[in-house]
Amino acid sequence: MRGRPLLYTRYEADQAILNTVTKKVMVLIFLSALLLIPFQVLPGLDFLGENDWLRLLSTVAIFIIGALGLNILLGLAGQVSLGHAFFMGVGAYVAAVLGSDPEGLRLGFGLPMWIWLPAAGVVAAGIGVAFGPAAVRVRGLYLAFVTLGLVFVGDYVFRNLISVTGGAEVGRTFPPLEFRLWKEDTPLIDFASDGAWFGIELTSEAKTFYFVLAVAILFMLLAKNLQRTRVGRAFQAIRDRDIAAEIMGVDEVSFKLRAFGISSFYAGVSGALLASFVGTVIPARWDLFLSIQFIAIVLIGGAGTVAGVVLGTAFVTLLPRLVQDATLWMEDVVETGDNLLATLLDLVVATESTDFGLINTLPGVGPGLSVFQLNQVIYGLLIILFLIFEPLGLFGIWIRIRNYWKGWPFTY
Amino acid sequence: MAVVSGRLLKRRAKRSGSTDYDHLLDVKDVHLAFKGVKAIDGVSFHVDDGELFAIIGPNGSGKTSLFNSINQVYKPQKGDILWKGDSLSGLKPNKTAELGIARTFQNIALYPHMTVVENLLTGRHVRMEAGWLAGSIWWGKAKAEEIENRGIVEDIIDFLEIEQWRKYPVGLLPYGIQKRVELGRALAMDPELLLLDEPVAGMNLEETEDMARFILDIQDELGIAIILVEHDMGLVMDIADRILVVDFGKPIATGLPAEVQRNPNVIKAYLGEELETA
Ligand SMILES: Nc1ncnc2c1ncn2[C@@H]1O[C@H](COP(=O)(O)OP(=O)(O)O)[C@@H](O)[C@H]1O
Ligand SMILES: [Mg+2]
Repeated sequence: MRGRPLLYTRYEADQAILNTVTKKVMVLIFLSALLLIPFQVLPGLDFLGENDWLRLLSTVAIFIIGALGLNILLGLAGQVSLGHAFFMGVGAYVAAVLGSDPEGLRLGFGLPMWIWLPAAGVVAAGIGVAFGPAAVRVRGLYLAFVTLGLVFVGDYVFRNLISVTGGAEVGRTFPPLEFRLWKEDTPLIDFASDGAWFGIELTSEAKTFYFVLAVAILFMLLAKNLQRTRVGRAFQAIRDRDIAAEIMGVDEVSFKLRAFGISSFYAGVSGALLASFVGTVIPARWDLFLSIQFIAIVLIGGAGTVAGVVLGTAFVTLLPRLVQDATLWMEDVVETGDNLLATLLDLVVATESTDFGLINTLPGVGPGLSVFQLNQVIYGLLIILFLIFEPLGLFGIWIRIRNYWKGWPFTY
Repeated sequence: MAVVSGRLLKRRAKRSGSTDYDHLLDVKDVHLAFKGVKAIDGVSFHVDDGELFAIIGPNGSGKTSLFNSINQVYKPQKGDILWKGDSLSGLKPNKTAELGIARTFQNIALYPHMTVVENLLTGRHVRMEAGWLAGSIWWGKAKAEEIENRGIVEDIIDFLEIEQWRKYPVGLLPYGIQKRVELGRALAMDPELLLLDEPVAGMNLEETEDMARFILDIQDELGIAIILVEHDMGLVMDIADRILVVDFGKPIATGLPAEVQRNPNVIKAYLGEELETA
């Protein structure tokens, strides 16, 4: 049996999530590396342990949860939704109302996280299912428009429901990430401030990172299990052949509703975590651009797979940081250098208000794109490029690389 | 010789419960028109348990529309279709699957991005129960159900001799193999009636013979009733118990292969056409 790693003697082994030794080892190494990040001991990657990078990685973990949700709807069930940001907003405000200090400026009941976090998902899912009947009967472009409407309705409601959201200009604060049994004064576990765990001193950034990482891994397992069981297969059947799927016994409407509900649940949890993590958020956070970011994640990552979602989220979430760092570096070269590179880069970045540059980070208006606008352009281009040239996304690219190395040199 | 495992046969025995009905399927004077085009024009026939019933007729004579009417995808304007004595009308298509009607399609309608195993497991959908939550947490019962059904699917893979393609996305498989996988997906539903829409269209002689063998095995060993829609007269005459001939939506003749073959209307409408094109 040794020489035949693909021979399984029990279906259970064949059906396991990590069904090869390679997968097990890779996941183990990856997990250990993640756990070691805050200690800055990984050669070459020690910078990831710095506080701003830890915060960025925590954002990635939180976004993964939301992206897993959209992946269930878009990647598995094949239903496009531009309303994902709306459901994240719903989750965030449910968390805010249930979890915030009752003495605070805005509505709050001071309930612990083990209540407000699941509730954020459940309420978002409820609204998703309630909205579903409007969505399950339309397809493609029409569905995009219907769900787009959600973002605008949400925008209006969030702006005007000031007692809950704090209104358009100031927003509101959200409950911190801490674990209480009930309403006791000192939380049992406090992720939002520095302290020691098991005798090891950790910053709040490190603790938060560990917490959101754990939640993200939990949701990855849930999503993977869903995908490989009856309901997940029904979603994929609807995506691939809706009428045939019905004739073969899948109740299309009811399963599309489930997909909307489950996807909204993930969005709600992700939104609640994001708002709690950031601390203060204005209603405009839950705008169309956030929805589009999630669509970019699913499409760039490779619609349908959990691994693709992780790759896509890391890519899309870290891209702004890379663009920003690259811009700073280019500005630096232009200002200090006097060589050919500096001259070329001077065309790319604007360093003075009179200077032309494709990227313009100077305050005030001028020609050129801000870093934020540049990000939007890059997302748009990537979505188009991936849709046309690599429908399997980053995941597909990875599979191709893997298969290349598998066959070299004749490792069969 | 195909191996039919004990498990498939056991499920067959479990199915044969009450037989308190005249016919398994009873199609009564069905009329269906699309914007004035009469696709089905007063067709009646019935199929009994375990019977291999064939429908033949030239292109556009309403055969696929009949299947779609049985599956409740199309709603006939007149007539009724009874399943074990009860009308199917008003049901959603997925209910017909639950009742035990499975189907393969004229143009393959597998789920191309899913593997062979996943396609067959999706066929098991109506015979499985796990909901989204039980599935998501890989809960004991959901897990046991997955593993049990993986075994059932493996029996079907065995039966259809498609072991080597198990893990391939079906979109990448050759046409003939896809046709087999589609038959497997239908079998996975534990049907009592199998609707086969041109199962050997576009196949070479060897593939056709394989498919004929599978169809006969399904009838003989699994006891599943079959409605076979086919152009290939030779095949139909060889294996069908009874035959219905349709032309422009109208029934021309029903009967044993030998009777149908001698029927002057059939010779004129169907065989005549073949002589012309020959
Ligand atoms: N969905 C539909 N809309 C309009 N006309 C249809 C539809 N389905 C079938 N028809 C028409 O009904 C007639 C019968 O078609 P069909 O049932 O596919 O015949 P067959 O399967 O015998 O070749 C044809 O004239 C076809 O154009
Ligand atoms: Mg047809």
